[in-house]
This record gives sequence, C-alpha cells and structure tokens, in this order.
Amino acid sequence: MNWDWSAVGDFMPHFWDGLLITLQALVLGSLISFALGLVWALLMRTPSRWVRWPVGVVTEFVRNTPLLVQLFFLFYVLPEWGLTLSAMTTGVVAIGLHYSTYTMQVYRAGIEGVPAGQWEAATALNLPVTRTWTAVILPQAIRRVVPALGNYVISMLKDTPMLMAITVLEMLGEARLFSQQNFQFTEPLTVIGVAFILISYPASLLMRALERRLVR
Amino acid sequence: MTSGLWELVLKGIWTTVQLLVLSGLLAAAVSFTVGIARTHRLRIVRFLAGFYTEVFRGTSALIMIFWVFFVLPPAFGWQLVPLWAGTLALGLTYGAYGSEIVRGALDAVDPAQVEGGVALSFTPWQRLRLILLPQAVPEMIPPFSNLLVELLKGTALVSVMGMGDLAFSGNLVRLALQESAEIYTYILLIYFVIAFLLTRLMRGLEKRLKAGVGRVPEPGVSQRELRRPETTGVGGGAA
Repeated sequence: MNWDWSAVGDFMPHFWDGLLITLQALVLGSLISFALGLVWALLMRTPSRWVRWPVGVVTEFVRNTPLLVQLFFLFYVLPEWGLTLSAMTTGVVAIGLHYSTYTMQVYRAGIEGVPAGQWEAATALNLPVTRTWTAVILPQAIRRVVPALGNYVISMLKDTPMLMAITVLEMLGEARLFSQQNFQFTEPLTVIGVAFILISYPASLLMRALERRLVR
Repeated sequence: MTSGLWELVLKGIWTTVQLLVLSGLLAAAVSFTVGIARTHRLRIVRFLAGFYTEVFRGTSALIMIFWVFFVLPPAFGWQLVPLWAGTLALGLTYGAYGSEIVRGALDAVDPAQVEGGVALSFTPWQRLRLILLPQAVPEMIPPFSNLLVELLKGTALVSVMGMGDLAFSGNLVRLALQESAEIYTYILLIYFVIAFLLTRLMRGLEKRLKAGVGRVPEPGVSQRELRRPETTGVGGGAA
C-alpha cells in the first residue's frame, strides 16, 4: 500500500468544491423533504379515502424503489416531457421527494403521539381546524420528531454521492474526476470516505443528545 | 420494446437477485457477529464492534463500493469479481446497520430471563442460544424487513460500476431506444414488486417465529417509527 500525501494536497481544493455542492444538495433536499413530508402526512389524515389511497400508493412506491433509478428517471424522462432542469436541481428534487416519503412516517408517528386530551381540549375550546393544527397539534408533534428528522438528514447526506451518477460534481464526483485525471484512486476516495465519517458521526451523536432532551 | 431488450432486463433481474441474496447473507452474518459482540462482557470487544458499526454506518455505500472496486485491488494486489466486490461492499455496510438491530433486540429481552439462565448455571453460550436469541430474533424481523428493502435499493448502486444489474439494464435499453419514460417505469415497477415480495416473505417469517415463542405480531408500527435507531444511510430509509 503506497500512500501519497502530495496527491491528498492536490485533491484538497477539489474536495472543498465538492463538499460545498454536497452540503448545498443536502440543505435543499432536506428542506423539500421536510415540507413535502408534512404535506403527505396531513393528506393521509383527510377523511376522504380518494385522497388517502393515491397518496399512500405513490409514497409507498417511491419509498420502495431505488433512489438511483428515480434519479435516472427524473434526469432522462423530464426533458422528454419538455421540462429541462439542471442536474443539480434534478438531484435535489429527487432526494427531497424520496426522503419526503420517510419524513412523512416520522410526522405521522409524531402526530399520533400527541395525547388525545389535546384534541379534546381544542374541540372544547371551539378552536377552528387550522388553529387546532397550527397552535396545538403540530408544535407538540414536531418537537418530538426533530431527532428522527435529523437522522434522516444524516441518511440523506450519505445518499448525496448518488448525484454523481447524473453528472453533479459533489464530493464523490470530484474524487472520481481527480482519480481519472491523475490515476490516483486511493487518496481521493479515502479522503472523502473519512470526511463522511467525520461529518456523520458527530451529527449522529448530536441527534442522540437531542433525542434525550426533546423526546420524553 | 423488442424481446432482445427484454432478455437484457431479465438478465438484470437475475444479477440483482443474486446480489441481493449474497449480500443479504453476508449482512446477516455480520449483523449477528457484530451485534452479539456489542453485548460481550469484555470492553475491548464491545469497543471494536462499536467502532466497526460507526465506521461502516458513517460512510456512504456508494463510496464503499468505489473503495472496494478501486482502492482494494492496488492496495492488496488482488482483484475481486464484480459480483463479489459488490457483495462485500453491500454486505459489510448493511451488516453494520443490521448489527444495531441485533443489539437493540438483545438489549430488549427482559434481564430476568438472563438471570434465570445464570441461576440454572447455563454457560454464556447456552444463555445466548437457548434464552436470548429465541426471544430476540422474532423482534428483529420487522426492522430486518425494512433493512432488506433498503438493501434491495442499495443493489442498484453497483450499476454505477458497470455491473449488469436491473438499473444498468435500464440504462442500456434507454441508449438502445433513445427513449426513457417507458423503460424506467418498468424498472421501477420491477423493483417495487421485488420489494413487495420481500416484505410479504418477512411478514410470514415473523408470524411463524412469534408463534414459536407464543406471541402475535403487533399490528401497528407507528410507535416504533420514532424509536428505531438510525436508518440505513446507504439507501436512506427505514431500519
């Protein structure tokens, strides 16, 4: 095994570029998944089965099929339908959509975890439906699910390398490009592997600490 | 789509299924070894097992795959057949997630059960085999079922390395037909059907195992959602 520190030095500027793209994709993807997941979770609680059933089927489908193939689908099929997005936008949308089907379950568990007395109190106080949700149920539900959502953000971080497959130059994309130009595979791949551990391990410790504080 | 192209897709399904079975077996072996090691009485064994879990859960499965394909051959001087390289990368990564499931289920067994084993002067191995595992394994099945679906989704990653699995066959058909909506819809549907069958299979297994220890499967999963450890970052998702 021969390790070449100068290759690490040469790779570092590309690494920082890649890290920036990875973090951008992560933040935007998380925001989409948080918002869309809440929409799914609320739609699943509507009384009409004509809403619940299609939403349930679609989200189940998205959750049980590979993100990679969904990326290809969006990347190659949307232009055929006349909607051309940049690779990065496609990737962010795909990650956000994929993970919204997970965050939806988290929200659902959080909403179901709100004690029935809270609902009854809102009814007794004659609160309108929107106020019941925004002032009583969601603030309690979301507080409980913050750590679970955070765990999905960590999962999303570990899925961002897939964006490389649709030409986004995030960390793995940069590493691959660098390797192919310089014929040095060991250093860049190891650097980004270690970088992922260095980011995700403290993040998961943080989530565990949050869980102890917020979820009782 | 012509029959020749369908043949390509069938080959892809076969490769995906092979990869799923092999890496699933490796992941199960790793899960139990590492998960049980994490409950060992020696601190050093617990530490090493925990270190393994954190390292393999910390990185992305795709990076592991790249590592096994590109770094391992020059570093150690041997090259793996793509199928085995994919199996190794996926099995080790998903095994790390599985080890958390095993550890959680072992921890969840009532401590009085182990004390009972001690009182009857069972050896540690007998306690594990006759008391802990029969009660813990049925509890592991629902999270393992989720992990198996994640593993199925993870197998698509090997297509990035040019291995001819289902996702790769989709790309080939797209290049051949210059048209992508139809083939990718089929590919997604096939993955969905495989995932559905896996879930069914695991549910049947859960029923049988729980009947063996005199319990019935819980109907709801809602409360478990919040408490499950971490998800498989590799394919995301519910572990």
